[in-house]
Amino acid sequence: MNALFLAFSYLRYHWARSLVLVLVAALIMFVPVATQTLLSTSERALVARGEATPLLLGSRGSQLDLTMAALYFSEERPDPVAMREVESVWDSGLGVPIPVHTAFSSGGFRIVGTTLDYFDFRDLTPASGRGLSILGDAVIGSDVAAALGKRVGDTLVSAPENLFDLDGVYPLEMPIVGVLEPTNTPDDQAIFVDIKTAWVIQGIGHGHEDVVTAADVAAGTAALANAAVVQYQRITDDNIDSFHFHGSQDDFPASAVIVVPNDTRSSTILKGRYLDSELPTQLIEPAGVIQGLVDRIFRIKSLLDVVTAIIAVAAFAAVGLAVFLSYRLRAREIATAVKLGAQKGMVLRLLAAETITLLLIAGSIAAIGAAIVSRNAESWVGWLLALGA
Amino acid sequence: MVRVENLTFGYGADGFRLRVPEFSLDDGERVAVVGPSGSGKTTLLNLIAGILRPDDGRIDVAGTEVSGLSDAARRRFRASRIGFVFQDFALLDYLSARQNIFYPYRITPALVLDDAARDRAERLASACGIGDKLDRHPGGLSQGEQQRVAICRALVTQPKLILSDEATGNLDPDSKARILDLLFEQATEAGAAVLAVTHDHELLPRFERVLDFAQFREGATA
Repeated sequence: MNALFLAFSYLRYHWARSLVLVLVAALIMFVPVATQTLLSTSERALVARGEATPLLLGSRGSQLDLTMAALYFSEERPDPVAMREVESVWDSGLGVPIPVHTAFSSGGFRIVGTTLDYFDFRDLTPASGRGLSILGDAVIGSDVAAALGKRVGDTLVSAPENLFDLDGVYPLEMPIVGVLEPTNTPDDQAIFVDIKTAWVIQGIGHGHEDVVTAADVAAGTAALANAAVVQYQRITDDNIDSFHFHGSQDDFPASAVIVVPNDTRSSTILKGRYLDSELPTQLIEPAGVIQGLVDRIFRIKSLLDVVTAIIAVAAFAAVGLAVFLSYRLRAREIATAVKLGAQKGMVLRLLAAETITLLLIAGSIAAIGAAIVSRNAESWVGWLLALGA
Repeated sequence: MVRVENLTFGYGADGFRLRVPEFSLDDGERVAVVGPSGSGKTTLLNLIAGILRPDDGRIDVAGTEVSGLSDAARRRFRASRIGFVFQDFALLDYLSARQNIFYPYRITPALVLDDAARDRAERLASACGIGDKLDRHPGGLSQGEQQRVAICRALVTQPKLILSDEATGNLDPDSKARILDLLFEQATEAGAAVLAVTHDHELLPRFERVLDFAQFREGATA
């Protein structure tokens, strides 16, 4: 107890030095643990998302870009795939195709145009409000709601962009009809709309006032052109019937199509149909793509581990040197203690008590930090993975 | 109190050598040890305290033959029977004056910090004029006050022998006499003998006896 009393008195009196040593030691212990926790959680989250998505249909090109865009709603923009591919899968009867259209954003979050099958497939349920029911409705992920301070009854406006059609993308105001339960997946950072709403944003579909009104017909001026046609930027009960699409829906774009095969046999048959490299489309297994990405990350992590170990050894050596120099500075105190009759192991116990106290405090701080990281790892990883989106 | 007979000590084969044929210090006596630097004054204190072991001879302190004790026993003996006062005070900057006085109790199980010891410390501090400064750290005390704290630390264990190594060496002329008088006063009250190494010849009349140490060093040049 006396050694602890003296050790604590010394550390408290030299609090600035003690604080620096404690923080450095805590950081040395905390960083590898936190990195390991976040990386393994990232791996689990990445692989889980990949494994939960059996097949992905999209334009031929980078499989990673396709996977990142369709699963993580990232900024990668694979060439669009035509909706006739969706119909083709339906017609095959081998699985359920779920198109996703991820070309647009609002408030920094990706607008995901899809069908109601997506919500069943990902098991997404509204925490408040309801699901998508009419054109223009938006259902937002929990992180979107928190970040933008939006809730059911508020509206979102799509960011004007020129992607597929240089003069056809208009900002669309969408009412929020539901906020989803958090899932710690990229779905928390998405704004879900019906894929038709995404096409409206893209300008493929639109609504406007009648070019020829009943009054025109009555006045006998129905044959005159009207240049002042008002195009709607909001879908309401009053104007929803005026929204329509030009062209064949088979040609309309999606970023990718998630395919949920009926069984393994269906999966095998479907994969076989897209093997031809001459085809404009490809059918991939996202789990394999993600595993490849994870393996690459972890190869880099192995290198990072070595660097961390070297830095940790150097930092511990620096801390050890600081403690050793501190002992040297206290040589006079030690000599006094010996003269006053200190027990032989007393000096060693005193110095050990200080070092152990420092390490215990540092270890406690590191443990608290690691516990906080561990507790929040899933949501932080979800946020980190969405950073690239 | 202290009896030294045929004492010899040397640092290595060719180093400094000390020979003291006979020396004694009676109970409650106040003896000054003078001599040139390097003559072995501090070495004698260390030998009497059991910090160093003689090559030969006998050192008896308060009826205990110190030179015959084991290292652990000498440490216990030193902690419980001898009080030290140093030239540089040897106070710990991270402890308050009160905790500096209690320091001997913190470093050895031979002493128990009980209520009696705490009361004794308070009384000693008041007697030395630092009763109201016990919560200050050494950095907040003058040099004279620091030496008073050191005197309290030396006496709080109720030793029968005070070894003082240049206790007044770092003090101004006015403080030297006051601190020495205080040391003697408190030592007398506690019934302790004082063996003090000093270079301050103007203080020698305050001692009962003066021991010139130059005679004891073998091959001394000073």
